[in-house]
Amino acid sequence: MSATYEERLNAWVGKQLVRPTPAADPVNVPMIRHWVEALDVANPVHLDVEAAHATGRGDVVAPASMIQAWIMRGYAKTVRPQAGADDPYAEFIALLNEGGYTSVVATDSDFEFMRELVPGDHVSADESVESISPEKTTGLGAGRFVTTVKTYRDASGEVLATQKWRTLRFKPKAAAQAEPEKPQALRPRAAINLDNQFWFEAAKEHRLVIQRCTACQTLRHPVGPQCPHCQSFDWDTVEASGRATLYSFTVAHHPRHPAFDYPLVIAVVELEEGTRLITNLVGIAPEDAVIGMPLELEWLDADADLTLPVFRAASAAGEEN
Amino acid sequence: MTVAPTRVASQVTVGEALPEHPIPLTRTFIVATAIASRDYQDVHHDPALAVERGSKDIFMNILTSNGLVESYVAAWAGPAAVIKRIKIRLGAPNYPGDTMTMTGTVSAVEGRLVTVEVKGVNSLGPHASGSVVVELPEERA
Repeated sequence: MSATYEERLNAWVGKQLVRPTPAADPVNVPMIRHWVEALDVANPVHLDVEAAHATGRGDVVAPASMIQAWIMRGYAKTVRPQAGADDPYAEFIALLNEGGYTSVVATDSDFEFMRELVPGDHVSADESVESISPEKTTGLGAGRFVTTVKTYRDASGEVLATQKWRTLRFKPKAAAQAEPEKPQALRPRAAINLDNQFWFEAAKEHRLVIQRCTACQTLRHPVGPQCPHCQSFDWDTVEASGRATLYSFTVAHHPRHPAFDYPLVIAVVELEEGTRLITNLVGIAPEDAVIGMPLELEWLDADADLTLPVFRAASAAGEEN
Repeated sequence: MTVAPTRVASQVTVGEALPEHPIPLTRTFIVATAIASRDYQDVHHDPALAVERGSKDIFMNILTSNGLVESYVAAWAGPAAVIKRIKIRLGAPNYPGDTMTMTGTVSAVEGRLVTVEVKGVNSLGPHASGSVVVELPEERA
């Protein structure tokens, strides 16, 4: 029995993505100086020992958020990454890629600091998966929010800081649009039999027909072999005028079928001849649909094998009748 | 030596606003801060590669966003204050040529712990918004 994608993904929750990895160098003044100069940090306690002493500290301290800088992989490993044989992080990314989540954007960072870092501290960090959201629709594309926790420790194992890190792993929209080879989804269709074939065949010729009992002249829809009024099996058809009124309707938002455009207005319309039909409204926004409104027939050639009657708001000329 | 004074909790009130602080985002600043934080990803220094990857230009890295939020609150609190938490949500990128303006408001004072709600906003909208918790020194006798 093979696990579903969802199960394989959720199996990562609680697991370590990055094993404890020590920083290349211990906390040191030259690196603090680069940071303080570039970010224009005014606080003297990062470089001036006397200022640090004056604030009750034993030594200069690194800026708190700089803790992440100590464990950065640096230039060489950025431009010449070396895939390890057994790298859980790479495995996790491969699983996300398999699901189509090939793009990433960081959304949240939440640091908590247990103590300040001083020169000589040797930071190491590991990273574990805290949670993986179900797929969400976002402005960037469909994606999953992945929250990880980085735990920073000193050489003795004491926790210095934690950092929750939330990223959106998403399917880029451009890629989704670049799949025109995907065939257009087809509308579901009725099972055709000897009792209903005539109606769908007429529709293909853009004729809306109504079944009529030749014994009592009663019109009926949906189609069937026997008159519900007089039980006669004899029938013929009349052609509908195409004029109708809106009898009732509902608006489907969810779940979506790929063959339909949404919001989808599903209507019961009453034909001028008196029978009712389940159909779709076209060219009418859901908020503009009003029960009783006059409608007129339009044909939807859905695909090579399916033509269906749909209805739009009657033109002014139609209302004159 | 003497250093600038540090605020104590009794001098801080909830609702108090921090002085606004505009940060000009020059190209050199974005590159220098990325390199100072050992972040060599090309989108933070190479304009052509940044465009190739779908960005309109290079943009500031997240370590720097955290660092700027930290130093904005630390500069207000004073040199003896200790940063306990930095929590940010990331939004509009910081591109070269823009200005990010930092604003802050004290939202909580609990003992010596002060929470400041911080926002860094550029011409596209909020770049980083969140909160910083600082521990202020003991009250002077």
